[in-house]
Amino acid sequence: MKYSILIFTVIILSAVGFYAGRSRSSKTVNGEIRKLHSLPGYYGFYVALWCGLPALIVLGIWLAFQSSVVTSIVVSGLPPEIQSLSDEEMSLVINDIVNLAHGIVVGRPDNVLLAAAEHYNRLLGTGFLALVAVVMSICIAGLGFSMRYINPAMRARIKVEQTVQVLMILCSTVAIFTTIGIMLSVLFESVRFFNQIPITDFLFGVHWSPQIAIREDQVGASGSFGVIPLLTGTLMISAIAMLVAVPIGLMSAIYMSEYAAEGFRTVVKPLLEVLAGIPTVVYGFFAALIVAPFLRDLGSKIGLDVSSESALAAGLVMGIMIIPFVSSLSDDVINAVPQSLRDASLGIGATQSETIVHVVLPAALPGIVGSILLAVSRAIGETMIVVMAAGLTARLTANPLEAVTTFTVQIVTLLIGDQEFDSPKTLAAFALGLVLFIITLCLNIIALYAVRRYREEYE
Amino acid sequence: MNNSGIRHDSSGTRLQLIKAGLKRRYAKEKIFKTLGITAIVIALMMLTVLFITITKNGYGAFQQTFIRLKITFDASVIDPERTGDADVLSQADYGGLVKKTLRDMFPEVKKRREKRDLYSIVSSGAAFQLRKMVMDDPGLIGTTQTVWVPADDDIDMLIKGHIKAGEEGTGRIKANEAAWVNTLIENRAIEKRFNFAFFTGGDSREPELAGIWGAAVGSLYVMFVTLILSFPLGVATAVYLEEFAPKNIWTDIIEVNINNLAAVPSIVFGLLGLAVFLNFFGLPRSAPIVGGLVLTLMTLPTIIIASRVSLQSVPLSIREGALGVGASKMQSVMHHVLPLALPGMLTGTIIGMARALGETAPLLMIGMVAFIVDIPAGIFDKATVLPVQIYLWADSPERAFVEKTSAAIIVLLAFLLIMNAIAVVLRRKFEQRW
Amino acid sequence: MQLMDNLIMKRDEIIKPVGNPFLNEERVKISCRNVNVYYEENHAIKNVSVDIAEKEVTAFIGPSGCGKSTFLRCINRMNDTIRTCRIEGEIRLDGENIYDKNVDPVLLRARIGMVFQKPNPFPKSIYQNVAYGPRIHGLARNKAELDEIVITSLEKAGLFKEVKDNLDHPGTSLSGGQQQRLCIARAISVQPELILMDEPCSALDPIATAKIEELMDELRQNYTIIIVTHSMQQAARVSQRTAFFHLGNLIEVGDTNEIFVNPEHKLTQDYITGRYG
Ligand SMILES: Nc1ncnc2c1ncn2[C@@H]1O[C@H](COP(=O)(O)OP(=O)(O)O)[C@@H](O)[C@H]1O
Ligand SMILES: [Mg+2]
Repeated sequence: MKYSILIFTVIILSAVGFYAGRSRSSKTVNGEIRKLHSLPGYYGFYVALWCGLPALIVLGIWLAFQSSVVTSIVVSGLPPEIQSLSDEEMSLVINDIVNLAHGIVVGRPDNVLLAAAEHYNRLLGTGFLALVAVVMSICIAGLGFSMRYINPAMRARIKVEQTVQVLMILCSTVAIFTTIGIMLSVLFESVRFFNQIPITDFLFGVHWSPQIAIREDQVGASGSFGVIPLLTGTLMISAIAMLVAVPIGLMSAIYMSEYAAEGFRTVVKPLLEVLAGIPTVVYGFFAALIVAPFLRDLGSKIGLDVSSESALAAGLVMGIMIIPFVSSLSDDVINAVPQSLRDASLGIGATQSETIVHVVLPAALPGIVGSILLAVSRAIGETMIVVMAAGLTARLTANPLEAVTTFTVQIVTLLIGDQEFDSPKTLAAFALGLVLFIITLCLNIIALYAVRRYREEYE
Repeated sequence: MNNSGIRHDSSGTRLQLIKAGLKRRYAKEKIFKTLGITAIVIALMMLTVLFITITKNGYGAFQQTFIRLKITFDASVIDPERTGDADVLSQADYGGLVKKTLRDMFPEVKKRREKRDLYSIVSSGAAFQLRKMVMDDPGLIGTTQTVWVPADDDIDMLIKGHIKAGEEGTGRIKANEAAWVNTLIENRAIEKRFNFAFFTGGDSREPELAGIWGAAVGSLYVMFVTLILSFPLGVATAVYLEEFAPKNIWTDIIEVNINNLAAVPSIVFGLLGLAVFLNFFGLPRSAPIVGGLVLTLMTLPTIIIASRVSLQSVPLSIREGALGVGASKMQSVMHHVLPLALPGMLTGTIIGMARALGETAPLLMIGMVAFIVDIPAGIFDKATVLPVQIYLWADSPERAFVEKTSAAIIVLLAFLLIMNAIAVVLRRKFEQRW
Repeated sequence: MQLMDNLIMKRDEIIKPVGNPFLNEERVKISCRNVNVYYEENHAIKNVSVDIAEKEVTAFIGPSGCGKSTFLRCINRMNDTIRTCRIEGEIRLDGENIYDKNVDPVLLRARIGMVFQKPNPFPKSIYQNVAYGPRIHGLARNKAELDEIVITSLEKAGLFKEVKDNLDHPGTSLSGGQQQRLCIARAISVQPELILMDEPCSALDPIATAKIEELMDELRQNYTIIIVTHSMQQAARVSQRTAFFHLGNLIEVGDTNEIFVNPEHKLTQDYITGRYG
């Protein structure tokens, strides 16, 4: 709250700077605006940028690092016997201190921690005062500095435009930094994981049971971090999903773009897109509450043993979720096939379905393959449906009626709740994340390339 | 080759060949077309089944079973020393009042076991309700009031017909409890009323007390952070890439990057949030600020792509016109192109926000999955969001949470529907044909 | 405003053609009577009646947008594929009304081949392009027969020599002129009685154009050909009869020699002498 007020103050000051700069610039030429290099508004923006931008940048950096700096100061002020704790225990202590500082008291905290919490709050308090002082002085300094520079010859517009452009360039690098951030965060922790568990055990192991590692003596017990059963589970569920989504999605797209009348399309297309807009947690609930029990009962009726967390249920519902994804991408792709090819085929006496099967689909194939790959990537990375409807225990099986588990399910189970830092259990989640990221990255790049090439061919 | 007699002859057999195959070909055509319709019908059927089951399961939660109690606010229980002190009032044994009332209603109940059963038909929230009444109006002490208190969730389920009394397996309702409920029904002392608590309460372990307001506020904060970060960032990136950026490897990389990010699984963004925002920058766990940051990174590609499409649809002539009258490139973009592209950008943003509103997985990674009773008061407070609340409730074993989950889904879908409707209206209204 | 009114008046006008649109019965391959075509409100073909002679080249000429393509596409019912298009009147092929209920458009289009303005080979091999028609219609009982059909068609289209070693190359890898001849080979692979060509040379260079014109001259021995062209010279070179269209009206029709030497209608004169269009 108090930070919002600070930000708001900075913005107000910038606004003041804008008006001050604007009126000052026209005063310097006694109102004869034509003598100014730029319109007065640009001098206003110039002042406002000088006033607000540096202050906000400092504020942002400060906020980003404040808590880690404060924590480390608090830690260094702790008695040596606490400081000598392992990283893991230390993080629990820090957690307690922070909770105490926020007024969350559990049980009867000891005095050292209470003192530390108070220290923590004191530091935050002084830190905030210091921050206010720093930010305000930067604001005022920027304001005064830029006001003094206003003169008719100053190229205010160009300077403002350059600044804006630099800001825009910075914005556009956020996407790059996101990717780098993703790679670094999963790589970093994965490397630490592979220091404890050999990478070959991870990649080629056929047993996955991370719980074992909770017991100190079994950390890294061979075979408990084998990723193969997760891979097969993920692939099985995704395959079931694709078996549902590809035929239905593709046939709907074909019908929509080749047969359906305009009126039909305007009604049905948005309805199909509703399927895409439903949150995955809703599908998960649907799978766990309706589809899985339904399949189990159906199975017991015909004498099949269907698990209540069967891969089939999760896969079917995931397939439903992906239908609109396949259909809208394929629709685009099919529409991009030039009409002249259809004309050529119809003109020689082919029926419409012959034209579609023998001409339109082969021509659209690269694009369709691209969209299917994107859909596969989405199926592999889909989380909520499998978390709610698939199993937790890894099983190496080819039977879709059994429960299997996936990468995403394991990531969630490993990271939900209190985590122990540096335990292979926590780090394994990041290693799984790395695998997931690499698989989907490859799929995406191939798919995007295919679709792009295809577009270029017909545009 | 130019012997017309032969040609004519072969042309006759040729037509016969074609005719012979026609029936089969038209049959195939029909099958193909039927397949297409079937696919669409299946998809729409799934949609219908989904909506019907959710509605069927969920609409009941908008009502809640209440039991009428004649509570005597006995001064000797609440405030024996007549201090009127708020502390004393708040510490008083209101549960005891409820129990006493129940005993009075069913004097035939004598055994301890039976009494325990009797007490369990009223929600533990009843005591809080009485406390609040007294705290708000201490004048109630010493009076007798008719109060409607929430029934226990199992009784609620019984009244709504989702479970049956004494049934094997489901048997959470014992025969004696069912008998009491029947008495209550005969006395018109039990009825279903609109469930305000569902819309105003935070989470609770007791289904009859659980509400979505806490999660809704959390969602609101998260959306707020996402919107104020992703919209300017997305628009600025789109404008730069579309209007200013030179075509070179660097912008190509950015472009590939954005397209790829749009297809990265959302849970990976959660891992990023955990590693960077929580562990590296030390931002608080479970806080809307972190959720907002993660969802910003996730929504950004959607907004950028939509904004670029919107910019592309502004005709070149408008840019040229502006440049022609001596505007700088920046002025032409800011004053002429951007206003025209803005509706499209807003539409893309709303769609991105709708997706963010329904997103669950990355928020699990950053701890927004904690059990939080209090309504969050700011973006640094611990909070959860609607979809995560749905996930949490879906995981709870109580039958009554099935209803609550479905109802929360209905609310979430209603929000999404409204957002998408706004996007559609916006698109219709500002759709330009140049 | 006045000018606008005039223009609109002119657009809606229905003109009776000069020249003789009708032929002796034994020469007639196609006879069109009172054909009207609408695209929603747009009256694209206005009450056109004309006969097309067998084993001749008939040219449709006229300024762009006058309805030549529309009229051509009525003859093999390609306009059925355009939802907004509505057709009135009758068109008879060998005396049978092709818009009759029991006429199968698939069968009809097997009898009437079509070549389009832009070469549009399928993104398949040269062989598959030509084999497509015979295959879907079930004209070849085995591979050998199919091979033979493909080779004869390519030979007739004058393309075989150029591609005989590369039959498995994609059709799209050929040059523009070769692609168009491939499309012609594809059209004649099902041995149609009639070939419709919609500006087949407009996307080609002069040498490729000359090749196609030569080809047409040869094909005329066995096929009836209708060609839409905006090039007067081409019409004069390849056709025996010419029909001149203007704003959906058939203005003048007659022997090519006569029309070009001695046009009767003012509009035809203007168009042919290049004063208009
Ligand atoms: N698919 C179509 N939908 C609507 N109107 C069309 C379509 N094709 C052609 N037209 C209209 O019909 C008229 C004749 O067009 P067209 O037959 O293509 O002329 P030409 O081939 O002589 O240049 C034009 O006014 C054109 O706008
Ligand atoms: Mg044309």
